Amino acid sequence: MTNPASLRQTATVARPILELHDVKISYVTRAGRIDVVPALNFSLAKGEALGLVGESGCGKSTVAYAIMKYLGGAGRITNGQILFNGQDMARMSEDELRRIRGSKLAMVYQDPMSSLNPTMRIGRQLEEVPMLHMKVSREEARQRAIKLLGEVNLSDPEMIMERYPHQLSGGQQQRVVIAMALMAEPDLLVMDEPTTGLDVTVEAAVLDLVAQLRHKHDTAIIFISHNLGTVLRVCDRVGVMYFGELVEEGPIREVFANPRHPYTRGLLDSIPTMGADKHSRRLSPIAGQVPSALARPVGCGFAARCSFCEPAACTTAPIPTLPIPGEAHHEAKCVRLAELPPHRRFQVVQGEAISETAKTGENVLTIDHLYKIYRPSGTIFDSKPAEVRALTDIELTAERGRTLAIVGESGCGKSSLAKVLTGIEVATQGKVKLIDWEIGHIPVEKRSQAQKKSIQMVFQNPDSTLNPSHTVGFAIRRALQRLRGITASQAKTQAAELLRLVNLPMEFVNRRPRQLSGGQKQRVAIARALAGDPALIIADEPVSALDVSVQAAIINLLIDLQEKRDATLVFISHDLSVVRFLADHVAVMYLGRVVEYGTVEQVYAPPYHPYTEALLSAAPVAEVGKERDRIILEGSIPSATKLIPGCPFASRCPRKLGAVCDDQPPPEHVTQQGHRIACHIPLEDLAKLNTRAAE
Amino acid sequence: MVQAEQALKVKSSGRFWRRLKLLTESPIGLAGAVLVLFWVFVAIFAPWLAPYDPNANNYEALADPLPNDMFLLGTDNQGRDILSRIIWGSRTVLIVAPIATFCAYVVGCTLGLLSGYYRGWVDAVISRLTDILLSFPAIVLYILIIMRLGPSAINVIVAVIFVASPQIIRIVRGITLEQRELDYVTAAKMRGESAIYIMLVEILPNTRGPLIVDSCLRMGYTTIQIGVLGFLGLGLPPPDPDWGGMVQETYGMMSTWPHMSLYPAIAISSLVVGFSLLADGLREISLRD
Repeated sequence: MTNPASLRQTATVARPILELHDVKISYVTRAGRIDVVPALNFSLAKGEALGLVGESGCGKSTVAYAIMKYLGGAGRITNGQILFNGQDMARMSEDELRRIRGSKLAMVYQDPMSSLNPTMRIGRQLEEVPMLHMKVSREEARQRAIKLLGEVNLSDPEMIMERYPHQLSGGQQQRVVIAMALMAEPDLLVMDEPTTGLDVTVEAAVLDLVAQLRHKHDTAIIFISHNLGTVLRVCDRVGVMYFGELVEEGPIREVFANPRHPYTRGLLDSIPTMGADKHSRRLSPIAGQVPSALARPVGCGFAARCSFCEPAACTTAPIPTLPIPGEAHHEAKCVRLAELPPHRRFQVVQGEAISETAKTGENVLTIDHLYKIYRPSGTIFDSKPAEVRALTDIELTAERGRTLAIVGESGCGKSSLAKVLTGIEVATQGKVKLIDWEIGHIPVEKRSQAQKKSIQMVFQNPDSTLNPSHTVGFAIRRALQRLRGITASQAKTQAAELLRLVNLPMEFVNRRPRQLSGGQKQRVAIARALAGDPALIIADEPVSALDVSVQAAIINLLIDLQEKRDATLVFISHDLSVVRFLADHVAVMYLGRVVEYGTVEQVYAPPYHPYTEALLSAAPVAEVGKERDRIILEGSIPSATKLIPGCPFASRCPRKLGAVCDDQPPPEHVTQQGHRIACHIPLEDLAKLNTRAAE
Repeated sequence: MVQAEQALKVKSSGRFWRRLKLLTESPIGLAGAVLVLFWVFVAIFAPWLAPYDPNANNYEALADPLPNDMFLLGTDNQGRDILSRIIWGSRTVLIVAPIATFCAYVVGCTLGLLSGYYRGWVDAVISRLTDILLSFPAIVLYILIIMRLGPSAINVIVAVIFVASPQIIRIVRGITLEQRELDYVTAAKMRGESAIYIMLVEILPNTRGPLIVDSCLRMGYTTIQIGVLGFLGLGLPPPDPDWGGMVQETYGMMSTWPHMSLYPAIAISSLVVGFSLLADGLREISLRD
């Protein structure tokens, strides 16, 4: 035991792979030095996975880049130490850093295409890593690449090796990037929103993969995400970041089950819990937004948005990080920790429901056997290009004052449906009836004033929904004048009313979009859509680009407005927990077809369509003890140019019966309550599907 | 053109005046602005600044045209004061170049918007026409047009429109193709806006970022081109002072009396450099935001 060599050996084994001591990260800008991260402390043991969560602008990615030492020209670490394997990274030369990056320390970014070279075959890109860092031969590198591509569940790795990045789907690309990150067996993998751009079923597969690989290779992971559910799936520990500070840190199950910091509670309360709906409660958004790091207050950074804030205690002195009594390794940065009431996450208002819209049963929108087929015009090389079957035989109805949600992955036809409804495209066949008008074949330019007025849209991307050259006031006034046919001065007063309706202050009339946050832009877009007092509002993923805290506020707004105005909402989304909360009816779409339709209670409980079952099982849930057994879908959505004689989902269906699924169109089971499922499997068997997936 | 294309990638953001204020933070842009404003000042106050009539011949000076106390920059081959001619000549270029550039922009933006917004056969026709014009070397095109129409200020403007607008069409068309797919355009369609409204009120303002930079560069090109036309004898008819014409009349005496062609040449280049630096400065600022 006195042998110094063996002593050193044990010391290095016990040493954490990564330690951050009082790390301060600053950006130097024209406005002066901004300390985006004032003092960060945490450590990560070998094989451990730490999740970093928080709203955008909280410094999560900055921390990741600081660890990689990729802060760019303006950013630098102005204080403290980052120790990697016990070595101070600040003292490493560029050469040493280059040797470490890729071999010991790897990063996976949100957009896989940004890490892949579009001009090189996948194989060559993967082989480079071990050839460079481990000095192995090309053949050895190739064998390793094939093995890893197999490990990330890509079928036929040899074929993938020969492909170029653009020939792979987004999910495949992200798996290749993960394989690339693992090529040199790194000790630490930093993942910055690795699944944010992916569909839920693909995301589920990638998350499972990360968890598996981590145990297999004993890699430590820093996993950054704004989605609390995905973090829960991958990580053992979680750090909640706010305003550049770690406000709460601990074992993830303890933190999520028993959050202590008001900010953590705020984040968790913003997400609709499974089983809750708009009739039982409203969501609780966090008021305000992340402040600018230019003016860092003395006390708690969250004080201005905190409902438990007591100015005398919270804003006068720096806040210490305190351990939570009785829970090991769980800390929170809040002075009022002991005084806070216990957190109740799943509170459902008992007794009388908040609201119950009168059941009118009147259909505002009736879609009848709707087809949309794109026929691309021929080119000189290809005189008869394949038709794209975007929508096939859609039958849906939406009732007055109710919400019809349309869910499905990208490429399922959700957006094509929205385009036909709004008249940006016209139907190829079938009928779309809005109130009393048949509008399916009328492009928007030819629609009457009353028809245009009756149908308005809220878009997904807050950055493109408003014209950057126009003020908020101009956008709303113009919509009012066009849709209500009123004078400029009338429009001015009504614009003020609309702003008040979407909870924006009056001063906003003179603001331009770049001066607004994402949530504020979306509110303006909603105000603009309401200008004509429409009977039908189509919302295409209106909250998916927003932080959870803001998302909750926008969803509440939509519910309130719907009640006040008795408008019908067609809510297009891929987020199943939001849909569960907001919708009255749900249509699940796959490859241009509605595979299941019913009330929200019907769709979220067996009998399911096997695709609905897979979607529900894949949706990440940020509730401890509510995680589900996942059904991983293999393959990708077939091309919409193929004419599929049987069930569109047959190629990926985990419950496929056999040849009948491929050859014959599935029959539609219709229950007496109006629940429709298009599947070959008998309804009784579908009813026996895993009930845990529902709640 | 390369610079213009780089500028194209710059997302339009911020307002013109804010940018002009920001210009003080870019030394290059500031230098450009000073040069350009200097010539604008000279052109405006030409009658007060010029010591002599630019077309007056001083026969005594013919014997010794070199700069002296009386004629600060010397006299030319016809005994006319070069300083006065440069001062008055700035008017020609600073009136013709902006008007020509502006006209080229009106044509370029109109056709570019139509082409990018409607696509299809409208785009095909406009794009092929611009391709044809772009395939001519600019100078050949100028000579063809001016020879056909005859030298005059109006015809120089017409020639500039033909040469410059195809490039502007390309820029505006590119931005329009991108902008027309954005949600705010869909929103405008859904409230029943006409195509003209969408093009002029919704899309056009968002092309301004790259176009402001491009317009500065283009003023510089136009200045050169007016100079070249003058040099080829296709500019303004004599005897009105015209920088390019001044070089052309005297370049034969370059070896004996270099000042006669040198000073007008310096005037041309300083203005062109001024416009280029201003464009660089504007681009630098727009990239920074």
